[in-house]
Amino acid sequence: MSWIDIADVNDIPERGARVVKTPLGCIALFRTGPAEVFAASNSCPHKGGPLADGIVHGQKVTCPLHNWVFDLNTGEAQGEDARIATYPVRIEAGRVLLDGAAIGKRDAA
Amino acid sequence: MKQKLVVIGAGMASGRVLEHLIETQPDAFDITLFNAEDRGNYNRIMLSPVLSGEKTYEDIVTHDDDWYAERGVTCRFGEHVTRIDRENKLVEGRNGAVSYDKLLIATGSAPFIIPVPGKDLPGVISYRDLDDTNAMIDAAAKGGNAVVIGGGLLGLEAAAGLAERGMNVTVVHLMGHLMERQLDEAAGYLLRKDLEKRGITVRTQASTKAILGEGRAEAVLLEDGGTLPADLVVMAVGIRPETRLATDAGLTVARGIEVDAQMRTSDPDIVAVGECIEYDGQLFGLVAPLYDQAKIVAKTLLDEPDAFVVKDTATKLKVTGCDLFSAGDFAAGEGREDIVFRDPARGIYKRLVIEGDRLVGAVMYGDTADGNWFFGLIKDGTDIEEMRDTLIFGPAYQGGAAADPLSAVAALPPEAEICGCNGICKGTIVQAIEGGATDLGAVRATTKASASCGTCTGLVEQLLQVTLGDDFQMPTAQPVCGCTDLSHEDVRRLIKTKELKSQAAVWQELGWNTPNGCHVCRPAINFYLLADWPLEYRDDPQSRFVNERKHANIQKDGTFSVVPRMWGGITTADELRAIADAADKYSAKTVKVTGGQRIDLLGIRGEDLPYIWADLNRAGLVSGHAYSKGLRTVKTCVGSDHCRFGTQDSTGLGIKLEKALWGSWTPHKVKLAVSGCPRNCAEATCKDVGIVCVDSGYQVGVGGAAGMDLKETQRLVDVPTEEEAIAVTIAFVQLYRENAKYLDRPYKWLAKVGLDWVRERVMDPAERQRLIDAFELSQSIFRKDPWAEHARDKAQDYAPLADLTLEAAE
Ligand code: SRM
Ligand SMILES: Cc1cc2nc3c(=O)[nH]c(=O)nc-3n(C[C@H](O)[C@H](O)[C@H](O)COP(=O)(O)OP(=O)(O)OC[C@H]3O[C@@H](n4cnc5c(N)ncnc54)[C@H](O)[C@@H]3O)c2cc1C
Ligand code: SF4
Ligand code: FES
Repeated sequence: MSWIDIADVNDIPERGARVVKTPLGCIALFRTGPAEVFAASNSCPHKGGPLADGIVHGQKVTCPLHNWVFDLNTGEAQGEDARIATYPVRIEAGRVLLDGAAIGKRDAA
Repeated sequence: MKQKLVVIGAGMASGRVLEHLIETQPDAFDITLFNAEDRGNYNRIMLSPVLSGEKTYEDIVTHDDDWYAERGVTCRFGEHVTRIDRENKLVEGRNGAVSYDKLLIATGSAPFIIPVPGKDLPGVISYRDLDDTNAMIDAAAKGGNAVVIGGGLLGLEAAAGLAERGMNVTVVHLMGHLMERQLDEAAGYLLRKDLEKRGITVRTQASTKAILGEGRAEAVLLEDGGTLPADLVVMAVGIRPETRLATDAGLTVARGIEVDAQMRTSDPDIVAVGECIEYDGQLFGLVAPLYDQAKIVAKTLLDEPDAFVVKDTATKLKVTGCDLFSAGDFAAGEGREDIVFRDPARGIYKRLVIEGDRLVGAVMYGDTADGNWFFGLIKDGTDIEEMRDTLIFGPAYQGGAAADPLSAVAALPPEAEICGCNGICKGTIVQAIEGGATDLGAVRATTKASASCGTCTGLVEQLLQVTLGDDFQMPTAQPVCGCTDLSHEDVRRLIKTKELKSQAAVWQELGWNTPNGCHVCRPAINFYLLADWPLEYRDDPQSRFVNERKHANIQKDGTFSVVPRMWGGITTADELRAIADAADKYSAKTVKVTGGQRIDLLGIRGEDLPYIWADLNRAGLVSGHAYSKGLRTVKTCVGSDHCRFGTQDSTGLGIKLEKALWGSWTPHKVKLAVSGCPRNCAEATCKDVGIVCVDSGYQVGVGGAAGMDLKETQRLVDVPTEEEAIAVTIAFVQLYRENAKYLDRPYKWLAKVGLDWVRERVMDPAERQRLIDAFELSQSIFRKDPWAEHARDKAQDYAPLADLTLEAAE
């Protein structure tokens, strides 16, 4: 793994999200707790709703367009046969790090 | 040695068989369960509430993965069984064969597809399972036209659900009236009227000739030559038993797989259950008889004697607001007598069909409370001679008891059936209640009553009340969401009395069962807190829907629309130039005049929002809050300034009101209008507050709306001066802010508290002043332009956190 430094964890509001542009498209970083961040695709499999604009609750996010709810641990949609891709992410010394291999090389391969 | 039981089809009938089997003898069989659908058993009859959005799939799952795992059932879901090899006692699925000692076929039925050209086009679907339901939900999200072929139970539930989701729906029905198998013409007429009220078009005596379209369905061509545009075609013309496997295996099959009273097919090791069977020349399409069959199958498999008996079934339609009931045989005939009751004003129709001294059929529309009682009389063949004169008025009138629903339920005999789906009678439920099942959930768990289609829930609750007396609290209001059992009203009251001033305090003190709420409760609690504690509570953007968090309306493609305020609908050439420049600079896809007398710039990129706002601010334009549960617009007409009929300065009053109210948050959106005379060019009589100017002053109306419901305002008060009109309006809005449930428009709130209650408060001088002061206090925080603030301090929040596309390309 090659961790890429993205931002200060406080740049993401608690119970909120921000977007990172990657070669795989937009990835959303969801901050579900003071020191808990999840990374997942920003695009809802239903009709492409921008998930970073959704309401974040528990370890879930609700799509802003039609209220599909995703579990950020697995990426799975509740009650729907659909999921979003999730990506390795960690917090180190207050910085949010994304795995570069997971978000960049896939595209190149 | 355990016997091997293989089950084909994990539907409602086999689900019940498994429950019985495992309950009585958990270790009798090694069970393998195949299902073509990629999931286990769910309450199929509740697909309609899922379609209409009242429920989710989660709500209707009856057996989840854990259920099967705990009982050791081997699940092969998503796997179609392709062949039964009776000689070697093997069942072949797509992923391999499995052997059986006993085989249960429970393949249900398949929708009948009328063989017209175009039937296979994409966009043509039937209504049978979750996938169909989801396909309809997806199609409805795009809007447009839907044509439902078939005006029976399934077709109408589909039509109502699609209409609920905003599609323009036409039902095409071959017969002269809807649901002709269950309803007579009069009831069919009332049903049609109710459906038409929801915007559904009904075409009876219409036959489909073809489905037209290139690459996908675009229209339905009728025999009479007419065409109906159709983005979606739902075929719901009937079902036929799914018998292909049985036929191929050489079992005796007529219309369905033939079984005896023990549910055995022509092969003694193979039993069958559900919609796929035929018994004594009859087919089955409702769950009640299937559940009876399921009991018998379980017994047969365990070598216990019992026999299936066909009983009458009753039909209800699960469309909110269309209340119908039908049971027995209601065809007119020699020696038959009709008793009919009609109340045209209330849209009620009841008809009983009597043969000799027995009731043989009942059809009801509009008021079906007594349906189960009549159904009981039909099934039991009760002698009704004694009560013939008052029969139509139902059980409450028999034996001189008072006409209240509780005594009617109390008067039912123990054998009276309460839950038609599961065949549960009153005695069983009362026994369960006396045995400790003291709430609805417990009654459902112990007896299954009200656990299928749910239409008998009210009856079960009344039984709880009758049996437990004061120990049972009739549920009055719905909880806010799954995070709590409390209703909105309770939460509002407790926030005030317990002085809860943060969301965390609400979650903790009121026992939320989730860590920090969900998308349903969080916006509501956020509003309650800021309405009650404007100075202490800080608004939480993360508890707001994106539109309110980003101060713009999200579009279906993820861009936003920007609507600057135009006070009272007045603008200037300079403002228009600034809007035009902004439209160019930020490439607005569309510039539209809204229904609220201002201009909408649509298709603005999220990242550009702070910049377009800054530009508009420079020309003096501020947020129009076209996105908020708050003050939207104040529409005005030109009034006495220009119009030859104008009695007062309606434009000026509108601007004053908008300046007083803008920025405030309210339970739902609030729209105002001021018209200069009763010609009412500003459409004031359908606004939340609408003022009509007259020579003698101002008529203030409240509780109007023209959205999902069309409501005319009710007159709150007539006042002589402009000042007083403003004071009354502010007091009204504050009272609404303090008391209404989140997402109740004023008309809904008024329906609950009553106009008199409101008027008393608003007209009491001391209370009026208190309301105005409280509003002013709140406005000292909120009467400001959020755009300016965000453009200045938060622009970076609208941009991506990082852009890795460059690094990765290296
Ligand atoms: C832009 C506008 C349509 C237009 O092009 O004219 C509009 C657009 C929307 N309306 Fe509206 N409504 C607009 C005037 C109206 C009117 C007419 C009026 O105000 O005179 C009505 C009926 C009057 C009324 O409200 O009683 C109206 C009744 C609704 C409703 C139904 C409300 C109800 O209580 O039944 C909704 C849904 C809701 O709010 O829950 C709604 C919701 C919406 C939303 C916000 C739907 C959404 O959540 O995305 C639409 C945003 C579209 C978008 O993509 O930006 N819109 N909407 C109008 C903006 C007016 C403005 O300047 O602010
Ligand atoms: C939208 C809707 C609303 C309804 N409303 C009501 C109502 O209000 N009241 C009422 O009483 N009834 C209602 N019904 C009817 C009720 O749902 C059915 O009578 C009942 O579900 C039939 O049960 P079943 O087990 O026979 O078949 P199903 O529940 O259809 O189950 C059969 C299962 O077998 C599977 N299967 C078929 N062939 C194979 C194969 N070869 N291999 C593997 N699996 C296979 C199918 O995928 C299916 O999952 C409604 C039905 C629908 C669709
Ligand atoms: S603008 Fe209003 S009426 Fe038009 S589609 Fe959107 S919500 Fe419906
Ligand atoms: S786009 Fe996400 S729920 Fe529809």
